[in-house]
Amino acid sequence: MMLEIRGLSAHYGRIEALRGIDIAVDEGELVALVGANGAGKTTLLRALSGVHPASAGAVRFEGRDITALMPERRVDLGILQVPEGRQVFGPLSVEDNLRLGAYRRHGPDVEADIRRMFQMFPILAQRRRLPAGTLSGGQQQMLAMARALMGQPRLLLLDEPSMGLAPILVAEIFTAVKELKRQGTTIFLVEQNAHAALAIADRGYVLETGRVVLTDTGTALLHDARVKEAYLGL
Amino acid sequence: MTSTFLQFLFSGLTLGAIYALAGLGFSIIYNASHVINFAQGEFLMIGAMATVSLVGLGLPLELAIPLAVAIAAAVGVALARFAVVPAGDASVVTVIIITIGASILLRGVAQVVWDKEFHALPAFSGTVPISVLGATMLPQSLWVMGVSLAAILALGWFFGRTMAGKAMLAVSYSRLGAQLVGVPIRRVLLTSFALSAGLGAIGGIVVAPITFTSYEAGVMLGLKGFSAAVLGGLGNGLGAVLGGLVVGIAEAMSAGYLSSAYKDATAFVIILVVLFFLPNGLLGHKGSERV
Repeated sequence: MMLEIRGLSAHYGRIEALRGIDIAVDEGELVALVGANGAGKTTLLRALSGVHPASAGAVRFEGRDITALMPERRVDLGILQVPEGRQVFGPLSVEDNLRLGAYRRHGPDVEADIRRMFQMFPILAQRRRLPAGTLSGGQQQMLAMARALMGQPRLLLLDEPSMGLAPILVAEIFTAVKELKRQGTTIFLVEQNAHAALAIADRGYVLETGRVVLTDTGTALLHDARVKEAYLGL
Repeated sequence: MTSTFLQFLFSGLTLGAIYALAGLGFSIIYNASHVINFAQGEFLMIGAMATVSLVGLGLPLELAIPLAVAIAAAVGVALARFAVVPAGDASVVTVIIITIGASILLRGVAQVVWDKEFHALPAFSGTVPISVLGATMLPQSLWVMGVSLAAILALGWFFGRTMAGKAMLAVSYSRLGAQLVGVPIRRVLLTSFALSAGLGAIGGIVVAPITFTSYEAGVMLGLKGFSAAVLGGLGNGLGAVLGGLVVGIAEAMSAGYLSSAYKDATAFVIILVVLFFLPNGLLGHKGSERV
């Protein structure tokens, strides 16, 4: 397993946001984590990136215990996250945002990667000199994704990439996610939009109030009666 | 008439340049941590007092100054490392109170290490006044303005052109975003204190031949630097420079045309006016964002 989460708990003050989570992601897999608002999805991703401390349990990445590793060291290992709400650097140009995505890397291939991102998301090429804050929500989502890709992820963590976007943009984002998977990137996708996420996922986990309550293949979960009722509105 | 005005303007620009450097120090630390470092004025004092000591030990000025700037920067890093970092996730207000405590401590230590006397540094290139359009100017004023301008340009280059500088700005735009691309935010915090302290020390040193220095010289310089930063818009570098010049010129004009008894009040009147009518400062951004 590339990523192994065992008995992971995390707190916000006294509130236990995650209660003994067990999740595994294999190399090359696209694994979806679905659940309602407040289930703890974002907390889990923050703990995986090291920006929120775990209070119990362990996270192993490629066999190595990373539970207490600093966020920047996890980036070095290839764990990159596209956070909820994009978190782009608003006043900096689109191009600088991408360069900062490669902050832990050095060398001339950074420029080649920027060109690759511009091919993947042509709208970013048009806006390359504009402040990131002037982009629309969908464009900022693409920029956040491209910025994470600049870090050459081995494991890409996506937090609610479809949130607040028009349906046509959601489709575009999910096409990009599928393309990344085809290229061999391992992806852990967190979504409230359970249908779209499970439809493209190899496997899925359902999170409820800080606990994993269900896990199966993406297709099986999509047809599971409980999931349908709770998350697909069917 | 014009020559009097010019005279006041020169003196305002000289003061303003120092306030700009102090104000920039506030902004750099504010950007890295959203903390207002009320020990900023002490960095100016430490720079000047250390230079006085080193010159007293027989070191030439050109050696004493960089050494004193390094000492101030080291004090800045130590303050961040031992007083700000251990506060962890404490609220910003808590950390601000810590910096107020640190400023009192630093003044106390300065009294013990040095003394309570006023000290002057020798002017860098003589004291023969230069006459400009009927007004006179000390050569040291040119040093103050020139060195400040050079420091401001160097800082502008660092934050506008280098990846290390942009990474520091990125922390202020989105702390989470910066952490997720691997910017080590703790090192950014230490760097911001080193930069602010070094910058403050430079300001304190170049102005010391004109205004003298003592263990408590940092109090007023710090408060006026704070006014400059607030007037310009906290966190905005260009704003701090502009704010510094406005505060300096306003102070010199009110001292010249009204009464020098009120000169220190000018900066505080400016703070009040800003807080009432322009809470974001001249160039500060509005507190809104796209969601």
